[in-house]
Amino acid sequence: MRHEIKQALIAKLTALADDEVILSHRNSEWTGHGPILEEDIALANIAQDELGHATVWFGLRKELDGSDPDQLAFFRDAGEYRSAELLELPKGDWAFTMLRQFLFDLYETLWLEAAKHSSYQPLADAANKILREERFHLQHTYAWVERLGLGTEESNRRLQEALEFQWGYAQQLFVPTPGEDLLVAEGMVPDLGAIKAQWLEHSSKHLQNSGLKLPINPGYQPTSRTHHTEHLWSILAEMQSTARWDTEAKVW
Amino acid sequence: MTPLPTTEQVWAALAQIPDPEIPVINVVEMGIVRGVAIEGNKATVTMTPTFSGCPALHLIREQLEQTTRSLGFDSVEVKTVLSPPWTTDWITPEARERLRQYGIAPPQPTRLQSTLIQLEASPTRCPRCGSLNTSVKNTFGPTLCKAIHVCNDCKEPFESFKTV
Repeated sequence: MRHEIKQALIAKLTALADDEVILSHRNSEWTGHGPILEEDIALANIAQDELGHATVWFGLRKELDGSDPDQLAFFRDAGEYRSAELLELPKGDWAFTMLRQFLFDLYETLWLEAAKHSSYQPLADAANKILREERFHLQHTYAWVERLGLGTEESNRRLQEALEFQWGYAQQLFVPTPGEDLLVAEGMVPDLGAIKAQWLEHSSKHLQNSGLKLPINPGYQPTSRTHHTEHLWSILAEMQSTARWDTEAKVW
Repeated sequence: MTPLPTTEQVWAALAQIPDPEIPVINVVEMGIVRGVAIEGNKATVTMTPTFSGCPALHLIREQLEQTTRSLGFDSVEVKTVLSPPWTTDWITPEARERLRQYGIAPPQPTRLQSTLIQLEASPTRCPRCGSLNTSVKNTFGPTLCKAIHVCNDCKEPFESFKTV
C-alpha cells in the first residue's frame, strides 16, 4: 500500500473510531437515568454497540500501524482526537439525545451500506458486520423522532429546539478527512458527497413527516476534526481517569 | 506420551463450552467457532464475534484458548475473523429448540431485507404458549443479542433472540 494511501486510511479509521467512542460515552451517561427502564436499557445497548464498532475500527487501524486501541482511546488528549463536534456536545434532554442518535445512525447506516463495496477488503468486511447491528439503532431512533415530533406540544418544541441546534453540527459528518479524496479515488471509501445527498433526502423527509421544520439558518458548521468543543476535554477527563490512574487496570 | 487430539476431538471439546450469557447453548452450536486447524503441536482456533460489542467475547476467547491448551498443545492461537459476518442462521436446530425451552424465542431465518428502515417486524412466537399474538416491548434487551416481547394471550413477557 502506498504511503499516502496508508496515512489517509489511518486518518479515516481514526475519525470513524473516535466518533463511536465519544458518542458511546455520551450515551452511557444516561445509564441509570433513562426516562423509563426500557429506554435506559435500549440506550445502554446502543452505547455498547457503538463501543464495539469503535473496537472494530481501531482494530483495522492496528493492522496498518500496530497501534494499541486502548492506548488510542484512553491516553490521547483532546487535541489528538478526531471526533466530530456534534458527538461531543453534552447529552442535553431526551429529545436532544434521540435526535443526535437519529442523525448519526442515518449517516452511519448509509455510509456502511456504501462501504460494503470498499475495494479494501478488511473495511468491506467490517462495514458488513457493523451494518447488521446498526439497523436496530436506526429503527429505534427513527421511531423516537416520530414519537416526540408528533407527541405533545412540549415534546415537539424540545425536538425542534434540538434540531435547530444540531443541524449545522451534523453537516460536519460529511467533511472529508485529510487525504480522503485519495481513498475515494481508489474505491476504498464511499464519496461523502453522495452519502450527504442521500442523508439530506431521508432525514428531511422523516423530520418533516414528524412535524418538524428544517432550520432555515443551518447555524454553526464545524469544518475540521482538529477543532473541538470545550466539552471534549471534560468528557475525556472522565472517560480516561481510571486508565490514567492505573495503567494496569485490565479491560473486562 | 499421549498422542495429540484430532481436529474432531478439539471441536468436541470446544462444544463443551457454554455461551457465557445463554448457558443452555454452547459456543460451537452458536456458530462462534469457525474453524480448528492443527499443525504439529500447534492448534489454531478461528472465532467470529456475534455482536461486535458483546462483553462476553473476551471470556469466550479465553475459554477457547484454555480448553484447547488443556488438550495438550504446546501452542494455541485464537484468531478472530469478521467475514463472513456471524448470522443467527448458524445457530443449530437443536440449539434453537433449547433456547425455546429456556424461554427465549429463537431467531427467525434471515430474509433478504432492506437494512435501512424496517419497522414492520414479523411476529415472534411466544416460547411459552406458542401464540403468535405477541408485541415487541423493546428491540433492546438485557444483552445485545436479545429483544423483549410480551405475549397478548398468556400475558407473559419473554425475550427473543434478535434475527441477525
